[in-house]
Order: sequence, then C-alpha cells, then structure tokens
Amino acid sequence: MLKSRHLLGIADLDPDEIGLILETADAMTEIAARPIKKVPTLRGRTVVNLFFEPSTRTRTSFEVAEKRLSADTLSIAVAQSSVTKGETLLDTVRNLEAMAPDMIVMRHASSGAPHLLARLCRSAIINAGDGMHEHPTQALLDAFTIREHKKRLDGLKVAIVGDLLHSRVLRSNVELLNKMGAQVWACGPSTLMPPDLARFGVRPTTSIDEAVDGADVIMMLRIQHERMHGHFIPSTREYFTTFGLTPARVARARPDVIIMHPGPMNRGVEIDSDVADGPYSVILEQVTNGVAVRMAVLYLLAGQEAQAD
Amino acid sequence: MSQVMDADRMSRALTRISHEILERNRGTSDLALIGIRTRGVPLARRIAHALHGINHDEVPTGALDITLYRDDLMRQPVGPQPVVRRTEVHFSIDDRRILLVDDVLYTGRTIRAALDALIDFGRPRSIQLIVLVDRGHRELPIKADYVGKNLPTSTRQSVRVRLQEIDGEDEVLLVDPPAQEGA
Repeated sequence: MLKSRHLLGIADLDPDEIGLILETADAMTEIAARPIKKVPTLRGRTVVNLFFEPSTRTRTSFEVAEKRLSADTLSIAVAQSSVTKGETLLDTVRNLEAMAPDMIVMRHASSGAPHLLARLCRSAIINAGDGMHEHPTQALLDAFTIREHKKRLDGLKVAIVGDLLHSRVLRSNVELLNKMGAQVWACGPSTLMPPDLARFGVRPTTSIDEAVDGADVIMMLRIQHERMHGHFIPSTREYFTTFGLTPARVARARPDVIIMHPGPMNRGVEIDSDVADGPYSVILEQVTNGVAVRMAVLYLLAGQEAQAD
Repeated sequence: MSQVMDADRMSRALTRISHEILERNRGTSDLALIGIRTRGVPLARRIAHALHGINHDEVPTGALDITLYRDDLMRQPVGPQPVVRRTEVHFSIDDRRILLVDDVLYTGRTIRAALDALIDFGRPRSIQLIVLVDRGHRELPIKADYVGKNLPTSTRQSVRVRLQEIDGEDEVLLVDPPAQEGA
C-alpha cells in the first residue's frame, strides 16, 4: 500500500512503494491487449487533468489511463482558461473543487505547485510535472521499461545525457534509480549542469563517451528551448557534435543497451535519427508503458481515498 | 480450527468433478478452464490435468484476476487494498463453454465480479462454476454447477483452503473466530 494519498514526487516513495506501483502496472499492461480495453474500477470517480503547461504525451496518457479505468475525466488546458484572466492558482483549483472531483492531475511551470495544492485541497493530487522539480510518473514508466528489458534495476549503469539543468525527468529518475540501486551517470555541457550534482549520488561528466561507456541504459534528455533564456549552448549543431547520441557512441555501450527518451525528441540535436529509430530504441515502448503505470498510480491512490473516507 | 478435507479427499473430489464435467458436457470440445486468482488457478490446472488423464484432450486453461471488478474496492475499506495481479487468458472465449474455478463459494460477490470480467473478454457460449468448497451464505443469486464439498458454516467462521502449489500442503480448514477473513 502507498503511504500518501498524493503522488507528488519520487522523493516521497520508498523502494517497496515503487515496487508495488511497478508490479501493479505489470498487471495493467494486459488490459491494453483485450478486445474491450476498459475495467470498471474507477466508475463514478471524477479526475481533473489540469495542465498549466502544454503537454500532449503526458496529458493524453493520463486521459487514456483514466478512461481505461472508467473514471469520468475532464481536461483543462489552462491557456484558454481563467488564469489568463488573472485568477490565482489556488482560486482556480478551489473553483474546480467545488465540483467535487476525486483526483487532480496537474502540471505547472512552478516547482512545488502541486505540493501547495496537496496541503490546501481535499482532492488527491498527482504531479504530472512541476517546473524543474519532479515528474514522478515519467520516472516510474522509465523504471518499468528498464525492468521489462533488464529484469532488474539494481547494479545497472544508467547514463542520462542532455539538458540536466532544466530537467524534472532527471531529478525524478535520479531519485528513483538511486533508491533502486542503479548507478546513474549524468552528462551534459557544464552550462546545463546543476551545481552539486554529485551530492545527489550521481556521477557528473561532460564527456558523453565516458557516460555511455559500458552503459546498460542510455536516457537522452531534450534540449528545452522554451526554458533557455540565456546562452547555454553555442548552437544546436555544435551541441549535436559534442553531446548528440550517434551510432558510434551507442557502440561504446553494452551490446544489449536500451535507448530511452521522454519525448518530444529533437532529432539531430540530442539524438541521431538512426539511433531514435534503431534496434536499441525503446522510445515508443515508454509511451505504451506510460498508460499502464498511470493506471497503476490512479488505482493505488483511489484505494487510498477509500481508506481515508 | 479443524481440518475438513485432507489431500486425499481433495484429490478424489477433483477427480469426481472432472468426470462430472465430461458427463455433462459430453467430452471436452469447446471447453476452457479459467481459474480465479489466487487459489482457483492451481485448481483449474489440476482439473485440466485430470481431464487429460481421462480423455487425453488438452483443455486450455487461463487465470483471471478480479480485483479491478470488485464492488467493495471504492466503498468500505475492509482491509488493505488488494494487489492487482495479471489476468492471463491466452485464447478466445467466444463460443466456448467456460468452466470458472474458485476455491470457496461464499457470498457470491467474487463470482459476480468474475462474470463481469469474463464478459469483457468476449461472448462465451456458457459459463459453468466449479468450487472446491461451498460454504453457504449467498448474497447474490449464484449457484455452483460442480461442488467438491458442501460445508455448513457460520458467518463468523472462516474457511481456509491450502494448496500444495501455494501453501506447500493440500487441506481445507474451518477456522473459528476471532480469525475473521473469509474467502
């Protein structure tokens, strides 16, 4: 059982809880193979997807997961909502709460926004990405995908390469992989490397060759153009030459390496098309697994609700 | 706590049920066994094995997890939230005669959930119910077609089926209160 009724970050989970979510997700994968891809588990529950930042993959994935569990869902893209008319985050959410949803899945550009709501609202909050802080369901689906291929997480060498500074995917993955005993190498240009990375149990390097050498898993991170308000890299072409994942670099990893990317990919910037579409790539499996992992999270948190009632 | 079935009696009950299945269905064509997790699954496999021994036919066997179909999941917290396990039905159930297998028949709510789950997989020609123990106290209009043993119980008692494959031993125990978890 999960200890909290919210999922705010990997930092709050212990290895047993992570294991339970991954086991439950494994059972959920079978539902996608059925003729009727729906179970009645969350019938009568209302889930609000509240996205203050654009998202296609994560929002769609949550929506599919909610529908497969028979929850009633509504998705609010905040670009067209009252926030643009000057309403505060808390007022927006209080108004939604007046309609008695059971869970709120939210993405926000500010780190810690879901934590604030979890303290002040009745609904269970699922963090679908908060600023540069955490993106727990992404780390869980990454772990699920790795485990499907490697049958374990402990002892693996995982190289995470790219824009480390702006990446909530990095933070959640480092939290999770450390807890599960994997060894994480983080690689990126020094301008995009957060200070004190080593303090989080990560081995920082600016050499991609060193990072991917003998790696079991290579996880590429997107260059987040929309968050770059300074001059972090000279040019995308220069970045590709120094940090891009090419077939030659993949060859330095273990022969059974898997290549991951949380999406959306910038082909020719952080990853070569031949690698993205190549035999080691599990990028589309990550998307498929995302639905099962989110179903698991929704199921486990809904059970928490029932216990708390 | 008293033993109401030992390994011998359990094995004879399953053999008898297997013969009854063949008699009633006139053979094994179109039959499939689906065990309800957890203990219905090894029981289904044993019946498949027994049918093979009698008729030399392979009857396809699957496993059904009904957790996501339970009616108490989001209502009263009766205990810790159940862990969801994999459903494994690797054959089409359309137009088959399905033999649903569980260890204990009690309120009938598990079977109700299992019927709902099965219908999501297709449209079987019929569904028959096999249970090792029928302990009475139905809350829904559900009846077993094949019963290993009818066991009169009080609602305060609990019935514990233990199987070699899971518990290391074959036996059925009738447990008196204060132990309270039923089937």
